[in-house]
Amino acid sequence: MRHSFIRALIRAAETDPRVWLLVGDLGFGVVEPFANRFPSRFLNVGVAEQNMTGIAAGLASCGKIVFTYSIGNFPTLRCLEQIRNDVCYHGLSVNIVSVGGGYSYGPLGMSHHATEDLAVMRSLPCMTVVAPGDPLEAEMATLAMIESPGPHYLRLGRAGESTVYPTEITFELGKAVTVREGDDVTIISTGAMLSSALEVADRLASESVRARLLSMHTLSPIDSDSVIKAARETRVLVTVEEHSVVGGLGGAVAEILAEAGLPGVVFKRIGLPHQFCSVCGSQDYLLAESGMSPERIKGLITTILQGANRPSVHPESI
Amino acid sequence: MTSHEHYRYLASKVRADVLRMVHSGGASHVGTCLSIADILAVLYGGVLRVSAVNPDVPDRDRFILSKGHGCAALYAVLAAQGFFSGEWLGEFYRDGGKLFGHATHCGVPGVEFSTGSLGHGLSVGCGMALAAKRDGLSYNVFVLLSDGECNEGATWEAALFASHHALSNLTAIVDYNRMQALGNVAEILELEPFSSKWTSFGWEVLEADGHDVVALEKALSQTPRNKPVCLVAHTVKGKGVSFMEDSLLWHYRSPNKEELAQALAELETPE
Repeated sequence: MRHSFIRALIRAAETDPRVWLLVGDLGFGVVEPFANRFPSRFLNVGVAEQNMTGIAAGLASCGKIVFTYSIGNFPTLRCLEQIRNDVCYHGLSVNIVSVGGGYSYGPLGMSHHATEDLAVMRSLPCMTVVAPGDPLEAEMATLAMIESPGPHYLRLGRAGESTVYPTEITFELGKAVTVREGDDVTIISTGAMLSSALEVADRLASESVRARLLSMHTLSPIDSDSVIKAARETRVLVTVEEHSVVGGLGGAVAEILAEAGLPGVVFKRIGLPHQFCSVCGSQDYLLAESGMSPERIKGLITTILQGANRPSVHPESI
Repeated sequence: MTSHEHYRYLASKVRADVLRMVHSGGASHVGTCLSIADILAVLYGGVLRVSAVNPDVPDRDRFILSKGHGCAALYAVLAAQGFFSGEWLGEFYRDGGKLFGHATHCGVPGVEFSTGSLGHGLSVGCGMALAAKRDGLSYNVFVLLSDGECNEGATWEAALFASHHALSNLTAIVDYNRMQALGNVAEILELEPFSSKWTSFGWEVLEADGHDVVALEKALSQTPRNKPVCLVAHTVKGKGVSFMEDSLLWHYRSPNKEELAQALAELETPE
């Protein structure tokens, strides 16, 4: 995803001289093509994320479209107040890019696990929060962010994610992509869990369960129409995210469903537990430990569907 | 009126307006506003190339009040210079008004950047100064910091950056009144040797009496060398009102009616 991002950024920068890239001394093997091609619009600010974000705000206030780039929690939590006060309050075109969402940097430990970023970024006024599901979405999200004034947060995985979409898609910030149609259950996925979610849908299909799969690449503003439509049409919904179950995609969908008050809707958040990791492990290992392997997710959905299909007791019959 | 007389007039007007605003709004931070009144008078009265008629013109000089709690003085000087009606000052800190108790740009012409949390302004100023350098524009950027603000690590991140990138169009002014929120700087977190810290960070350092408009104008009008400039302005918190000078109490307290009258009587009246 990060290579798709940088390719898209370079493409945009070739025609738009407002595009800048700032890095916090990270991005080895990724950002060099931009730095070499546009040295006057590239800046390694050093290991200083608060300063990077403030500088980005200053540049953006002078008409630039600035991307800040680092990994994990460094470009977000470390400089959260600069993002809130300097970027969001001023509505500036600063696009914060974090590589390594969730457990991407699993063995590097807690400091490098970005597991609350979506919740935190989603809570900021004026901030558009985007977590693309595959390299194609990452590329299209990058281009869309440049076209859309104001602050954005782009959460990427690492590198080498599989491409989910065989062909071009219609990508619009704030509009979910329907990856697969179905009316037995809806799986709403955000970020790099998309390929796992598709595998889950395939496994369910092999048991004649037709799962709708939505890629909710934009968490704020979220596509509540798609959520409510899915709730009406499939009645059972699960969210899948490589993020704490608190406040991210699951939280956002829960808010929509709770306020919609649709009768008989069954909903489950599938995500990372609201706790720090206690063991070391690779991304796949830690995801499996958290119940986030495709087979575990599929099993959980099957159990939910069995429960949901039990004859329910209607209040008026009591 | 000579330019120096004009600065003194403006500073005195800012002080009187600040006292009235803080009194009527029941606000705090009067001491810090009086501390920076002369600096703002020199900046807006002559140094800054800004236009009340066209406050957003791209090649304007930029001024950031990084110590956003001194905003009553900023609002007062902007009103005096015609950026907005002086009647707005009566809404300071009041329900339904535009003028918050920390600097806000929202609907307030002339406020370059909103502040309030310390340690943000110098980084933003670096971005603005860098944009000018890379775009070949000739504007200058001024950032007014408090001394307490130099406790913030982010201020020093920006200090490193500015000299590394030779931002000679950037001037940091430190309102060095040696008091911060809970007491004297020397007792809370000593900054001395202060000027040499900036020098060692690669800045051109100037020092001036922060209430001497002649010295301030001279320092702020210097053609810099190939490095950013830090003006350490030696100031007195609460300057101009005897019972507010060097008093921590007036970081918090709002003058009552009698105190307001006494304070206004003490100010040098320019007319």
